[in-house]
Amino acid sequence: MRRSFLINAAAAAALAIIPAAAIAAGGGALEYKHQHWHFKGPFGTYDREAMQRGFQVYKTVCASCHGVEQLAFRNLGDKGGPFYLEECPAGVPETTNCKVPAENPVVKAIAAEYTVKDGPDDLGDMFDRPAAPSDKLPRPFANEQQARAANGGAYPPNLALIMKARHHGPDYVYSLLTGYQEAPETVTLGPGQHYNPYFAGDMSQLLKPEYRDAEGHPLPDVKVPPGGVLAMVAPLSDGVIDYADPAIPETVDQYARDVVEFLTWASEPKMEERKSLGVVTIGYLLILTIVLFFSYRAIWAKIDH
Amino acid sequence: MSHASTYKPQTAIERWLDKRLPIVRFSDDFMNFPTPKNLNYWWTFGAILVVCLVIQIITGVVLAMHYTPHKDLAFDSIEHIMRDVNYGWLMRYVHANGAAMFFLAVYIHMFRGLYYGSYKEPRELNWILGVVIFLLMMATAFMGYVLPWGQMSFWAATVITNFFTAFPIIGEPIKTLLLGGPAVDNATLNRFFSLHYLLPFAIFGVVVLHIWAFHTSGNNNPTGVDVKDVKKDTVPFHPYYTVKDGFAIAVFMLLFAAFVFFNPNGMGHPDNYIPANPLVTPAHIVPEWYFLPFYAILRAITFDIGPVSSKLCGVLAMFGSIAVLFVLPWLDTSKVRSMRYRPVAQLWFVLFVVACLALGFFGGKPAEGWYVLGSQIATAYYFAFFLIILPLLGLFEKAKPQPKSIADSVLKKAPASSVGAIAQPAE
Repeated sequence: MRRSFLINAAAAAALAIIPAAAIAAGGGALEYKHQHWHFKGPFGTYDREAMQRGFQVYKTVCASCHGVEQLAFRNLGDKGGPFYLEECPAGVPETTNCKVPAENPVVKAIAAEYTVKDGPDDLGDMFDRPAAPSDKLPRPFANEQQARAANGGAYPPNLALIMKARHHGPDYVYSLLTGYQEAPETVTLGPGQHYNPYFAGDMSQLLKPEYRDAEGHPLPDVKVPPGGVLAMVAPLSDGVIDYADPAIPETVDQYARDVVEFLTWASEPKMEERKSLGVVTIGYLLILTIVLFFSYRAIWAKIDH
Repeated sequence: MSHASTYKPQTAIERWLDKRLPIVRFSDDFMNFPTPKNLNYWWTFGAILVVCLVIQIITGVVLAMHYTPHKDLAFDSIEHIMRDVNYGWLMRYVHANGAAMFFLAVYIHMFRGLYYGSYKEPRELNWILGVVIFLLMMATAFMGYVLPWGQMSFWAATVITNFFTAFPIIGEPIKTLLLGGPAVDNATLNRFFSLHYLLPFAIFGVVVLHIWAFHTSGNNNPTGVDVKDVKKDTVPFHPYYTVKDGFAIAVFMLLFAAFVFFNPNGMGHPDNYIPANPLVTPAHIVPEWYFLPFYAILRAITFDIGPVSSKLCGVLAMFGSIAVLFVLPWLDTSKVRSMRYRPVAQLWFVLFVVACLALGFFGGKPAEGWYVLGSQIATAYYFAFFLIILPLLGLFEKAKPQPKSIADSVLKKAPASSVGAIAQPAE
């Protein structure tokens, strides 16, 4: 996508590519599995059904450790969001405007499944109540310390920005989720460590003693496995989530693709609005450019320059 | 204004105004300013830069309405802008990419000035004011980058302010003053926000002086030859250059829009979408692309020079790379303004551009292996160009004959234009 636009100006291209080239591959992880995503390209949009399934995957699996800190329930019903309703479904009172996230029955039902702490009330006490669309999605842990204590010292990152906070976010998350493997023979994993060739790390530290020299460096003929170890156990396995649509396979690959779709939307919820405004803007500027060019030619026609 | 006013107040209110505050006369003179008729597209970047500054100020003022300069709230307030503020994502992406587009334009503008000798008598002050603007832009951009309070924000602030500790005695107090304490913290964020809001207006002020200066000396032009006959050599700024600049601005906006709407994070760094964490250092702390050449110069000095530590040498080299621009008008000894008529200088100039691009490349690479040697060679050439090549070239080179006047050069196009083919755009 980037390349096609850079044709506009060779000079800018040279400058813009520098940061991309500047990024050293961290820790010798495997190259990510590059996927075709529905949201790629200048006209790419989110696949709404994939997003809805992705939310189900997040809710069922990821949410037990990872928050989506910037996301409120109402966002799910925003235009372009996974549960946005153009029209109300049958059985909803006529006065309801389902385009408004706060009135969206699907969003309200999702929110009502959660309990949030509110208060203080008139007596100064905090109390629990069902979540409303205006509430943020509850975080799995009260604070970082609690999260670390529950996860062997690791802090599960916020997923609401994960796609923008990693290089090639969607490909990375997809590769990580589908890339768990048995650790190679040459390494010993510590307790609570899980091998993944797509995770940035340094496996030379975990080589068995017989593959290392006296100073701990890998022996010359030993190949250090790519990737690293992380505290997260492979979160997905075939069939763990029941999809309503029987046509959709219940496989790790499908779950990973769907949750990537959902989390990419969570990271960049205004992408569709941005791209469609971009098409209008570029179109407008193209016409303006042509008009100005011919104005320029006309005004300068009688001047030698 | 250097040209005689041709304004005649037509209406009663204009006559009334003209006696008290001749603002209409000022605008009229400004729009009719006699401008050399041979300016090429490289000259449109001045107008493009004004547009960039205005865009940055407008989007910046709007962003400041929704932004919270507090270390616990800044990151989330940016996300609030991105998600909940109407068209907040647009304002923020325009502002962030606008900074990069601003630098792209200013670098082209500076290379243009360098190639056509726009810094030479009588435009020395004009050039110096430009370097002041460039310095202010760098300070503003750096402080703006800190405001989202992401990982790169925090660590860029830490690294950059640490430069100052290289100076003996005064270094630590300067750093403490910049940070508002011993380390990057809430006080740093607050003062950076305050200054980030202030400096663009300082830039605006210096831009006014910059424009005033060349409205006194007159524009330079691709031949470097002074205007001899206003009638034959110049055209009024409006409509001739308003329309030409307008066209160039529209083309520039196409590139700008391509980034904003279709690759808004392409020039950014993913680490800045992770909230600042003083306990976790990112694997590679890399500045935005427009600072990479200076970052490369900083890191190129890996050796002590006498009693001076390599760190201080690096910092001095980095500041020196900009300081040398201030004295450029007196380093270049050539009497010929435009490199169009200096074929030997052209080659050195092309090498200089290559060295700057190479520095940008090395600045983004880890300081190891041949990258270090490469950045050292490019740094050496950067300084040699100003301190050795330009002073000596003027004494030894043989320049080609210059046209007698701008009108002359325009009429006899063919022989002159082949000389400047290297850096000349299609006209």
